[in-house]
Amino acid sequence: MLKVREIVDILNADVLAGEENMDMEIYSACGADLMSDVMAFVKESVILCTGLVNPQVVRTAEMMDINVICFVRGKVPGEQVIELAKEKGITILATKNPLFIACGKLYQAGLVGKGVWE
Amino acid sequence: MGVSGEVLKLEYDIVAEDFSSAGEASSGVKKTMKTLGISPEVIRKVAIAMYEAEINAVIHADGGKAYVTISPEKVEVVIEDRGPGIPNIDQAMQAGWSTAPENIREMGFGAGMGLPNMKRYTDEMFVESTVGVGTKVTLIVYIS
Repeated sequence: MLKVREIVDILNADVLAGEENMDMEIYSACGADLMSDVMAFVKESVILCTGLVNPQVVRTAEMMDINVICFVRGKVPGEQVIELAKEKGITILATKNPLFIACGKLYQAGLVGKGVWE
Repeated sequence: MGVSGEVLKLEYDIVAEDFSSAGEASSGVKKTMKTLGISPEVIRKVAIAMYEAEINAVIHADGGKAYVTISPEKVEVVIEDRGPGIPNIDQAMQAGWSTAPENIREMGFGAGMGLPNMKRYTDEMFVESTVGVGTKVTLIVYIS
């Protein structure tokens, strides 16, 4: 388990939405740029790491009850995406780390929860 | 359900002009299910399956209509479009099979997981399609 504030430290990430959720506990992570692949697995208390920065990432997170999204590779979403996330209560982080490195750092820090087929 | 035996019917237009608005119908249904006190597991199943169907209507068919019926026993979602239709439904049901164009893949969809995901998250699923006429997908999740 990692708290969001620990993830922010580990990934040297900026917090773009959800500053109030830094104590939220995260048990598993998902790294993907294909949203349908994200939706194929169900996990609890998840952070989604992705290089996609369109509103459908936030929509996917909403449907999956994913509370935290971290945009990787230095990508910064548009204002529309951040506003949608705020509306849905989803925390948005942004890191310069590429996807593989971001996932690796989180795994190494103990975030090893697996997804399950429902 | 507020009153036992009550059936709630919802109807949405799925607009395809702007890909960024895709998912609004599913989002609305999710919100309504929450206020009805339906279990989070059922809500998530319906939301994911309907979202995939909604995205499909946007990608392949220039939008369509969604009809949602929520009863004490089940949630039924019907997504109808007037798109090109599916020539081979068995093939379309295979994980990884996709006819989505490259620009859709860049948006994070078109991985060929839409219909398989709908099947995974529903208790019953029916796909009716006629080439040149359109497609109707029915998704049912039982509440109990």
